Amino acid sequence: MRRFLSLGLLCLLLLSITVTAQAQTSSTNTADDDAALELLEALDVESYADKGDAITAILQSDDERARDWLQALLDGRLQRTEDGRFVLVLENRGRDWPVADVLTGEALGEMSRRDLERIGINNNLRNQLRSAIAVVDLYSPNVERRRTSAERLLGEVDGELVPTLDDLIEQEEDEQVRYRLTQAVAIYRAEAGEMAGVEALDGSLHPRSRVALSRAANSDDPVVANAAAASLAGIEQQLKINRGLETLYFGLSLGSVLVLAAIGLAITFGVMGVINMAHGELMMLGAYTTWAMQQLLPGQPGLALILSIPAGFMVAALAGVAIERGVIQFLKGRPLETLLATFGISLILQQLVRTVISPLNRTVITPEWMSGSLVVNDALSLTLNRMYVLGFALVVFAGLMLIMRRTRLGLEVRAVTQNRAMARSMGIRATRVDIMTFALGSGVAGLAGVALSQLTNVGPNLGQNYIIDSFMVVVFGGVGNLWGTLVAGLSLGVINQVLEPWAGAVLAKIIVLVFIILFIQKRPRGLFPQKGRAAEG
Amino acid sequence: MSLTTESSTNFWLTRPFSERSTQIFLGVLLAALALVTILHVAVPPDNPLHVGAYTVNLFGKYLSYALLAVAVDLVWGYLGILSLGHGAFFAIGGYAMGMYLMRQIGDRGTYGHPVLPDFMVFLNWDSLPWFWHGFDMAWFAFAMVLLAPGLLALVFGFLAFRSRVTGVYLSIITQALTFALMLAFFRNEMGFGGNNGLTDFREIVGFDLRSDATRLGLFLVTGVALALGYILCRAIVTSKLGRVSVATRDAEARTRFLGYRVERFQLFVFVVSAMLAGLAGALYVPQVGIINPSEFSPIFSIEIVLWVALGGRATLYGAVIGAILVNYAKTIFTGVMPDAWLFALGAMFVLVTVFLPKGVAGLFRYLKRRKRDDSANPDHQQTSKEASA
Repeated sequence: MRRFLSLGLLCLLLLSITVTAQAQTSSTNTADDDAALELLEALDVESYADKGDAITAILQSDDERARDWLQALLDGRLQRTEDGRFVLVLENRGRDWPVADVLTGEALGEMSRRDLERIGINNNLRNQLRSAIAVVDLYSPNVERRRTSAERLLGEVDGELVPTLDDLIEQEEDEQVRYRLTQAVAIYRAEAGEMAGVEALDGSLHPRSRVALSRAANSDDPVVANAAAASLAGIEQQLKINRGLETLYFGLSLGSVLVLAAIGLAITFGVMGVINMAHGELMMLGAYTTWAMQQLLPGQPGLALILSIPAGFMVAALAGVAIERGVIQFLKGRPLETLLATFGISLILQQLVRTVISPLNRTVITPEWMSGSLVVNDALSLTLNRMYVLGFALVVFAGLMLIMRRTRLGLEVRAVTQNRAMARSMGIRATRVDIMTFALGSGVAGLAGVALSQLTNVGPNLGQNYIIDSFMVVVFGGVGNLWGTLVAGLSLGVINQVLEPWAGAVLAKIIVLVFIILFIQKRPRGLFPQKGRAAEG
Repeated sequence: MSLTTESSTNFWLTRPFSERSTQIFLGVLLAALALVTILHVAVPPDNPLHVGAYTVNLFGKYLSYALLAVAVDLVWGYLGILSLGHGAFFAIGGYAMGMYLMRQIGDRGTYGHPVLPDFMVFLNWDSLPWFWHGFDMAWFAFAMVLLAPGLLALVFGFLAFRSRVTGVYLSIITQALTFALMLAFFRNEMGFGGNNGLTDFREIVGFDLRSDATRLGLFLVTGVALALGYILCRAIVTSKLGRVSVATRDAEARTRFLGYRVERFQLFVFVVSAMLAGLAGALYVPQVGIINPSEFSPIFSIEIVLWVALGGRATLYGAVIGAILVNYAKTIFTGVMPDAWLFALGAMFVLVTVFLPKGVAGLFRYLKRRKRDDSANPDHQQTSKEASA
């Protein structure tokens, strides 16, 4: 019996839904729509105060479409045709605008803008609308929407809203939304000169909280004013620390790029005494490998990026071997000539990319898991791609350290670096070591290029922009010392970022260059000079 | 190599001319100057042999580059210092000349300000920066053409040579120097016209820069400057000081142990070279009509080294040949197929260093020696080849 009853109810429900749907499509207005039209009609009045009342009425109507209307009203897209119908303008660009029915959302084709009349609002109403929409969103089941809306409410709360928000705070399950709402209410209270608000804002780093506190600091009540001033001072201190941390982060990030770019150079320079001016172009090849990989695997930028790590290494390493076998081996013992020849190679590689691919920059997509940032607090957020590059640089460095310290190749490389003739007489094939070293150094340049493709534009000039900086890092750190390169790269990155705020980007770079030039005068062999007989080379 | 002990001033003046290469070089240079002048002035424009004002101007540009190359050869060829920053001295000399030419515009600029150059009016500056004073006087500006690059070279060289920075390290920091200067001169706040540099010149010591006669005059002045610069460099390298330089180039430590204050010789030659480069820049600017920070770019400085390498290091005349050859090729290539120029330039770098380490001049010498050996003693040919290899 009960089952029959429920089945009957279900049928009834289905029937009613179908009927309503039919009623809507046949555009005979239901009771709901009549009410809605009445609400909208109230908006089209002269007085802004009356409009405000109409907005409140819409809010209280529980109509599901209310949010869309209010948003449209805020954007100036709620308009009226000459025959008095309300429409939503979908896109107000050009002469003819596509419009939709305000009740059903049905598209009505395009209408000339001259046949439409906008329902005007002023700034007061705009504020009212914004907070109204935010409040509507706060009831949304979607957590993301609640979060954004709560964020938007900071500093936009007025007195009437406070009880509603207090209720919401109690009901809210999401920690973040609750925190924001509490903050929003606290900002209102602090601005109103209430002690509770000032206390709640203590330690908050959001810019809006600071505005509220500085207003409270001018409050007539000396207790409130003092408390606010004390809070402000504390917050300023916190902000300073956070700014410092941010600078440090950017500095380390820049430094990690420099380390990646320079470390391959350090190996080839240290072992073979060869200045490879085409090192930057090997980086460029790595970056272009990433781009090519993403072209081969459309729609999977993440996979392509991971695959291009070995691919970039191989491409650059092979190019490096070709350079070593083709040119450098003929210039043994003539470092300055090697410098010139490899510079010629760099010109050829650059022009090759320009001719074959394009002189314009290519877009390398950042995969989703690398974009965005890690929000530490209101004043500090760390971009993820830089963090990945920083981590990558450290991994590459550790890998190279392992190769140098723990493998046969590393042992041979170190032996050849220290004394080539002696190493050879002990049976080490120095030529083979040269090739392997050059391949390794070039491959690392390719890895640097893969990493750089996530931070800067991938274009023919990519290598050129880094080559001088990488030389500076190698020279600053001391040739033939990987730790030196790491320390030099990271510290130059940080120094650059520390100088930048007060000197500007260009001047900071100049200062760093001049600093290194002067430093070289003091310590011609870098921070960590080679010791012993190797130093006399 | 025998050390000459004569030290009379008379001999110091005549010795450069006693070298056969100097006589040939000066003869060829003067003949070329005369030929171009005659073909430009005396041959009517419709004759195919006529040399137009544009070409004269182009040759003038090559000659100023040649002077720059001689300056680089002096430090690289005879002192063993591969400077990748000589473009900086060239550009500074050029800026000194540019500042003079800017002041010569007077109130004929677009904004008609009697003292301030156009770009300063544009930037809303109300007075001349201190370092622009005096450049309205020709003698002061021309002195600065030599003194400004010389001073920079003196300070930089003093620091570098005193701490015995040599080899690739020195090359890299000279490159850093010119790179830093490029970044600095790109800034508007520096007061050198920023990105656009200095341009729109009108006249030089009263002569209209746009007239053909002035262009010919500048060409001839550049030719004479090249000849004088060449003689000066030859005088230096044939003197005792030049011998110490060469010794430093080949074995710096050994020279020091022999009791020579190596850094003083290095500093002197380096400063002279920088001043010559500055002079070259000053002659270059009125002929091309503009000076901007791109002359500071590291690529340009490396290109200069290529001219010298292609022509032949440590010969001086090789540098002139290299500068003219490469720049002539550049003019042709960038006109006919601009994309191919960097390929050609890059290939030149590789081919010259690998296959022609002594440059065109080395090729001359090799051919000459083979001819002499052939005629003198056909059996001896084999041994002499081994000795040269």
